[in-house]
Amino acid sequence: MSKLYDYLLLLGDSSMILGHRLSELCGHGLNLETDIALTNISLDLFGQVRNYFQYAAEIKGEEATEDSIALLRLPHEYRNVLITEQPNTDFAYIIARQFLFDAYHLPLMEALTESKDEQIAAIAHKSIKEVRYHLRFSSEWVKRLGDGTEVSHQKMQEAIDYLWPYTKELFEETPLEAAMKAEGIGADLDALKAKFDAHVQEVLAEATINIPETPFAHSGGKKGIHTEHLGFILADLQYMQRAYPNMAW
Amino acid sequence: MTVVVNEVIELIRAVSDPEIPVLSIMDLGVVRDVEVKEKDVLVKITPTYSGCPAMDMISTEIKYKLNQAGYNTTVKLILAPAWTTDWITENGRKKLEEYGIAAPLEASADKMALMGESRMVKCTNCGSTNTVLVSQFGSTACKALFKCNDCLEPFDYFKCLK
Repeated sequence: MSKLYDYLLLLGDSSMILGHRLSELCGHGLNLETDIALTNISLDLFGQVRNYFQYAAEIKGEEATEDSIALLRLPHEYRNVLITEQPNTDFAYIIARQFLFDAYHLPLMEALTESKDEQIAAIAHKSIKEVRYHLRFSSEWVKRLGDGTEVSHQKMQEAIDYLWPYTKELFEETPLEAAMKAEGIGADLDALKAKFDAHVQEVLAEATINIPETPFAHSGGKKGIHTEHLGFILADLQYMQRAYPNMAW
Repeated sequence: MTVVVNEVIELIRAVSDPEIPVLSIMDLGVVRDVEVKEKDVLVKITPTYSGCPAMDMISTEIKYKLNQAGYNTTVKLILAPAWTTDWITENGRKKLEEYGIAAPLEASADKMALMGESRMVKCTNCGSTNTVLVSQFGSTACKALFKCNDCLEPFDYFKCLK
């Protein structure tokens, strides 16, 4: 397949896997408002995924559809970043994961509005408005929990400590991303990192949360090497299509 | 020809947003273009939010209404330019308010309202601006939930999207 096709999967997979993680919270949020907020964010992400995968299906041709691309690949063919597949351990983890991803997602969408590929630019223009709301929501909660009670502070710090090693991967350029950047289609990850750092530092400082100083980093998602969690997610996501091939609602 | 186009537009106007039944999709600003060639009609619509689950239903209803009137209808979903709340017409804003959903403020006021920094969103029940944000995300992706401190009623606010 073409590089453009692979790049669309790289973009779409992260939104899809995080969208799925958030959808698991439907009916399980800690109160009605956060339940609705997190599932709304999930819905936004799935909407964006549909846009990426409908475009990818057009490029692939044959009998490809958004669903076959979303549901009929093997785990090593998914290109989502590892942070998106981390579990819903508790509310602090859910918010920390969302915040770190949103802080990367927003500058990514900003960069892609300038993409030479018109459809990617259109999807980014559409998504950016939604992602701004996501980042605002998650940033506010990081501050509220971090600068809240002793317990909420401790839980927020623990979640950031646990998830921080997954952030390095966001900015590690793969050969595919380098090629897309060179063609003016993809984003420059170095430029993204500066924006990510600025926003994350500002919010975490206000939240009285320390940024962990660890050289340790997880990586591999963009190359198809995943944590154990992805297999379970795909078992859930793919069950119907695997059990009843080509079934439709 | 103009008569035909007008008829098509009126048929499309009769389609409403399934989540806000009082609001025509014409007033919501999701219909971007209509091309009529004899009996072939091409309608271009754009989603409010990427994941808006109403788009499939809106598309089906447009086709149903036009095909019933004897047209061959194609509905195409377009993403660019991206929808903005500025495209909701004056009539649409009025309908929203009457239905109990506060219409979107302009961008900077909207941001302050959603950060809980200002009290500018008007209660759709009693008209008071003594209102408070309950949640940035309401019953659908396009709305936030507010509460009025005077009449104590909760209500939806249609978020500004630019």
